[in-house]
Order: sequence, then C-alpha cells, then structure tokens
Amino acid sequence: MEETSAQRAHAHAPPEGFLRKYVFSLDHKVIGKQYYALGLLAVCMGMALSWLMRFHLVWPTTRIPGLELISKAGAPGGIITPEYYLSLLTMHGTLMVFFVLTNAPFAAFGNFFLPIQIGAEDMAFPRFNMMSFWATLVAFLVLILAFVIPDGPPISGWTSYAPLSAVGKDAGPGMGWGMNLWAISIAIFCIGSLLGALNFIATTLDLRAKGMTLMRMPICTWAWFITSCIALLAFAVLLPACILLILDRTAGTSFFIPSGLVVSDRLQPHSGGSPLLWQHLFWFFGHPEVYIAILPSMGIVSHILINSMRKPLLSARVIIYSMMSIGFLSWMVWGHHMFVSGMNPFSSLLFSFPTLTITIPATIMTLIWLGSLYGANIRINAASLFALGFISMFVSGGVSGFFLAQPSIDIVLHATYFVVGHFHMVMGVASIFGVFAGTYFWFGKMTGRMMNETLGQLHFWLTFIGTYCIFMPFHYLGLVGNVRRYSAFVNDYTGPLLPLHKFITIAALGTGAAQLVFIFNLIYSRYKGAPAPENPWSGTTLEWSIPSPPPWNNFGGKHPVIYHDPYQYDVKGSKGDFIMQDSPEPSAG
Amino acid sequence: MGKLFAVVLVIIALASAYPIVTHMYVMPEDISTHGHQIDEQLSDTMAEAGISFLLAQFVLAFFVWTFAERKVGVKLKNFPGGAKVMVAAAFILVGTEVLALGVFGQRAWANVYFTPPRPDALQVQAQAGQFAFYFRYPGVDGRFGAIHPDKIDEGNQNYFGLDPANEIESRDDIVSAELAIPVNREIHMMMHAKDVGHSFYVRELRIQQDFVPGLDLSVHFTATKTGRFEIVCTQLCGLGHYNMKAYLNVMAQDDFEKWLKQKASEL
Repeated sequence: MEETSAQRAHAHAPPEGFLRKYVFSLDHKVIGKQYYALGLLAVCMGMALSWLMRFHLVWPTTRIPGLELISKAGAPGGIITPEYYLSLLTMHGTLMVFFVLTNAPFAAFGNFFLPIQIGAEDMAFPRFNMMSFWATLVAFLVLILAFVIPDGPPISGWTSYAPLSAVGKDAGPGMGWGMNLWAISIAIFCIGSLLGALNFIATTLDLRAKGMTLMRMPICTWAWFITSCIALLAFAVLLPACILLILDRTAGTSFFIPSGLVVSDRLQPHSGGSPLLWQHLFWFFGHPEVYIAILPSMGIVSHILINSMRKPLLSARVIIYSMMSIGFLSWMVWGHHMFVSGMNPFSSLLFSFPTLTITIPATIMTLIWLGSLYGANIRINAASLFALGFISMFVSGGVSGFFLAQPSIDIVLHATYFVVGHFHMVMGVASIFGVFAGTYFWFGKMTGRMMNETLGQLHFWLTFIGTYCIFMPFHYLGLVGNVRRYSAFVNDYTGPLLPLHKFITIAALGTGAAQLVFIFNLIYSRYKGAPAPENPWSGTTLEWSIPSPPPWNNFGGKHPVIYHDPYQYDVKGSKGDFIMQDSPEPSAG
Repeated sequence: MGKLFAVVLVIIALASAYPIVTHMYVMPEDISTHGHQIDEQLSDTMAEAGISFLLAQFVLAFFVWTFAERKVGVKLKNFPGGAKVMVAAAFILVGTEVLALGVFGQRAWANVYFTPPRPDALQVQAQAGQFAFYFRYPGVDGRFGAIHPDKIDEGNQNYFGLDPANEIESRDDIVSAELAIPVNREIHMMMHAKDVGHSFYVRELRIQQDFVPGLDLSVHFTATKTGRFEIVCTQLCGLGHYNMKAYLNVMAQDDFEKWLKQKASEL
C-alpha cells in the first residue's frame, strides 16, 4: 500500500515512560482526554458557582455553611456580599465559555476523534498539540488563582467591559490583581486555542488517508474543521485585545480609557481611549465564539443521529454548507451585542440583517434533522436521546434569537434575563447536550468500557426536564424587564417575580444534583463497565474500524484506504445494514 | 422510550407556551409616544417565534413517536422531496419572516434614533456614576455650565464638577437626584458618564441607552402619562450596580414649572 509523504513524515515511535504516556503526552487521544478532564473540572466549578448565585438570589440572608472559609471578605459569616456575587458571576461565565464550551465539544472530542476519523496516526504537530493543552491548563490555573489572592476574583463579568476592567483597583474589589489574572489567563488561553486551531486545520488538510476526500469526511470532522477556522480568526483578535487591556492596566496606556474619568474620587491619569473599541474587539471574538461552542455539537449530534436512525441525513452536504454559512456570517454580526451601546444607530440596522439571516442556515439544518427522522428506525439510547434533546433545545434557544436580533426589540430586552435565557439554552445547554451525546456514544471507544445505559437514560430525563425548568422561565423574567447581573432584587417590581426565581433556583439545584448521576456513571463505567467491542453501535466511520481503546498509533501501523461516503447505512453489507468506510465491498447505491 | 420522549416534549412545549399565551409576564404599560411600535413588533415576533417553536417541537415529537424503535428490518423511507424541500422551505418561510421583521422592525428603531429631537424639546443632562444618577437642567439662561472632572466633589454636592465661581452658565444650573419632566413634552436628554459604563433603562418609557465614558450620547422621548417610574442601571458598573437607581417623575406642566422654581430657589 502506497503511503503519502505526509503520513511517512508523521510516523513516530510509541511513547515510553509514565510521563510521556499520561502527562506530557504527544498522543492526540491522551490530549483529548486531558481536555475532557479539564472541561469536567471546570464545569463542576462553574456549576457550583451558579448554585451559589441562585441560592443567594432567593435566600439572600440564609447562611451558606463553610463559604466563609473560601472567601472571608466575599462571604462573611457565609452570606455572599454584592461584590462577591459579581465575582462568582464573572468566574462562572469565564469558566463556562472558555474552559467548558470551547474545550469539551471542540478540543476534547476533536482531538480524540478528528485524526482517527480521517485515518491519521496523530495530529500534524503533536508537540504543538501538547503545548495547546498545557497552555490551556496554565490559563485555567491562573484564572482560579484569583479565588485565593486577597483581592479576590474580578467583578466585571465575562465580557470585562472597559473602562470598568481597565482603570485598575479604583474600580472596586477584585479589579486589581484579580482582573490582571483574568486578562493574563485569557491571553494564555488564546495562545493555546490558536495552536490547537492551526493543528486541526493542518491535520485535516494534510493527513487524510488515501481515498478520504473532503466530502467523505464525517460531519463532525467537518464541524471541527470549520470551528478551527473560526477559532483561528477569533482568538487572533481576542489575544491582542487582552494584551491592550493588560497594557492599559499596568503600563499606563489608554487604549480603552478616555480622559476625564473620576473613579473612586480619583481623576484617572488617562486620555484618548475608547470604551467602544474594547466592545468591538471583544464581540468580534465573542460572537464567533458562540459558534465555536455550538458547531462541534451540531456535528457530533448529526453523526450520532445518522447512526441511530440507521439511514443517512437527507443531505450531509447541505448540513456542511449550512455550517460554513453560519461560520461565515458569524463575522458580520458582532454589533448585535451593541445595539444600545452608543454605537452609530445606522450600524445597528446593518448588524441586524445578517443576524436575522443566520436564521436561514440554522433553520435549514433543523429541517434537515427533522426531515431525516421521517421514515427512520430510530434507536433510543442515552446518546440518541441527548441528540434529539439537542434539536429541541437548539430550536428553543434559537427562536428567542429572533427577538434579540431586532434593534427595536433589543431596546427593551437588552440586559434582561431574556438574554440570559437565550444564550444559556442555545450555546450552553444545547452545546452541552452535544457533549453528553458524544460521551455516551464514544466513551466505549475512548476507554474500552461501555457506559451504563440505565443511568445514562435517567441522567437524560432529569437533565432534559430540569434544563427547561431552569431556562424557559428566564425568558418570562426578561419579558417583564428583570435586569440581569443584579445581586439582589431591590427594584419595585421584582417582588411578584420572586416565586418564579425560587422555582428556577430549585430547578437549578435539582438539575445540578442530577449531574452526579453522570459523574458517577463516568467513574463507575471507567472501571466496572462492560468491555466495549470494536463497533458497538454498528457505525460506519473509521473510529469503529479499530480496537476500543485504540492503540497508540490508531491503526496499528496500517494506513486505511477509504472507499465510501461516511454514512453507508440502510444498505446490505456483509456485517448488516451498513458498510464501513474502509470496506472495499461495493455499496448497493 | 421514544413515545415517552414525544409525550414529555409536547408537555414541555405546551407548558412553555402557557405563560406567554395567557400574558402572565408582560412589560408594564407603555407611557411613551414611540413605545407602541416596539410593543407591536415584540408581539408580532412573539407570534412568529411562538408558532415556529411549537411547530418544530410538535414535529420532532411526532416523528420520534412514529419512527422510534420500530421492528428490525422495517423498510426505511425518506421524506418526499428530500433536502430540496427543506432548503426551499427554509428560504421561503424564514426568508420572508426575516425580511418582514427586518424591514418593518426598523420603523420603531428609526423613530427613536433617526428622527432628531424637536428644537423646543426640554433639555436635560443625565450623569451616571458609581452608583447614582444625577440630572441637570440648564436654568433660565438655557445653557449648561461646562463639566470639569477635576472639580467633582460629591461631599459638597458638586456632582457634575461645575465651576460657578468662574463660569456664569453654571450658576443657575439645577441639579436633581430625580428626573422630573413634564408630561406630553419632548425631552432631549444628554448623557454623560462620570467613571465607567452605565445604562439608562425605564421599562415604561421603552428606552434603554448606555452611558459611555468619553462619548456624548443623547436620547429623546415624550412621556404621555404622569407618575413615578423607576430608572435602573443595566450596564454592569461595579459592586453597587444592583442598587443603582433613580426615579422618573412625570408631572403635569404646571407642577413641573413649580418644581423647577422650587429647585431654583434652593440654589
């Protein structure tokens, strides 16, 4: 069998020694698992923070035992102060957006499965790959260091709007070294993500096996590829933005700070900067980031749905082109976060139109998923339930985007809980449903043991109902005009809304507790789960052609040759109703 | 289990729609001249989004009910027309919806932002700082004194940094912690941020606009009902953000003039 030169150049020896195998590993599969573990740690922390916030909102005078041990100043006597509430909020958002939603669906699963699905032995640059993970881990450690320093974590939200974030400790508690750590952490995170994105792109373009044309790549590989193109451009903007912010804070520059500001009775020694510059740079990254979070899950869900339906989608090509259109349009819409920011009102109209237009590819994808279910024979298991739940969540979170895309409606809904409900459903819950689906689907391949199906389905029902109970009422609060990011409801009209807030808090505590079922399942199945066969779901793509877990070089030194489109289901093959991508037998069609 | 999914999904969809259909949670009554356009746009969008939401969830539920866990070996089918129908439907349905919302939705926006304030509108200046709003009226000379950030001295109630000793325009400027305005008269409100970003949000007025340090922004509006309404900050501005509020006091024209005189006499 002929080898391409790229593959020959990338052949490498097996890893030796504990450190090389499990810690400073160059193996994309180990790095994928490391990303997953980091995402899991971050999501547990992020969720715990949201529990504290929700608890404080509805029971502000009830002591939370032990909290004063974590922050004496932030929670004296176990009662959260207004500024500590904002610290929790900032850290929750930052952990979730960067270390969970960017890491888990993209970096974790992408690392593990992208090389395998294209028939490569490893990533194009294994050392860069290791560096991306370690940079991300350092970024995580720098961020959580803010919890233990005397200044405490920053209070300016995950969007860190200037000049609040730029003028230094005068702006309030946490805005000294806490804010510095935030900016440094995100800058390091950008470096890790840029290296990772480059690696994904190079790997996809250079290391595909013989016969693996671009259109023969599985949909999730396409999703990771498109996501890495977006990430390469988005993090390349956030990185310099963070550096400018750090300079404003530490070197006396004034990129984001205009003259004449009096903060904490002190006239600030700055002049000439623009707070809107930060917003433009941040959202130029921030909106594509939403798609960095959701596209991989769209890919994963498509991949799992096809396998569960036992027939291809109505058109995989249309799904891929829709993802590309979404990726492309994502660059033209950042201003919809800034309708009431004081930006020129004419530009609001220009940003509104492409934002509404994104609905078209998103609707096409939804209709393709829905239409493909017609006439199928859907297998129901934890993985496919989460994939179906994803479609439901994506629709629910998507329709509220219709409101916020219109500047006139945004006048009343901006900065209310409506926005919180919208983005939590579509980029938070939907994206995490993709991660859950992927976990139940691929756990056997990743670890060699299957996850417990009963616990998996129990986890699905609790999470599906629970997340709707949490996030749907957020929209109602927004429709009344309940403002977000308030640590207490001191407004005249919030009294009657308190029962709804209590309902949300109870739902959040319950749904959060239900995640223990998932964590238990992960740990239990890792050690006691049934051994995973090579191809437990009768899948067609390359990850199902190798042992579970795969050997260090994936294909045991062989180089697969690809003969088919990725999803040859509902055909008569030698093994059943499917034909593997690397099987030379002819497909009926 | 597929049937259970369908049932749960239908219940969730109906339960989600119930508070919307019964108007359990709505904005308070609009008191502005432009707000009805926003409200109409909101309710049109709610109808379109609501129907899309229910339809999609019901179709998902129906398909999972019908096509999940069927007998092994059952003959699989494809949706008649396939992907082409889906793409066409998305373009036609959503495309029209997008165009309609995009085009008609701009009227409300244009009304707020593209029409200049009337020349005889009442001039008010709002200043936002951590964590309070202050409002300033130009006094009998009709002119605001200049703001000198270095002269801001909250201890001596010089919130705007005025210099009445040297500047005649500042001497009759009236400063108030509440925004008093006359009913049925257009207000042209200049916005100044003292320290960091803030926002001005009055739900009943259907107005929300950020204060941006270093930028001279303004909004104009006309209130059509008298009463006291809450002004809240909606841009995260620091530890006291949740408690940063003031009141909009809409008065009859006579009462407003009395109020102004009273304030002027306190100077």
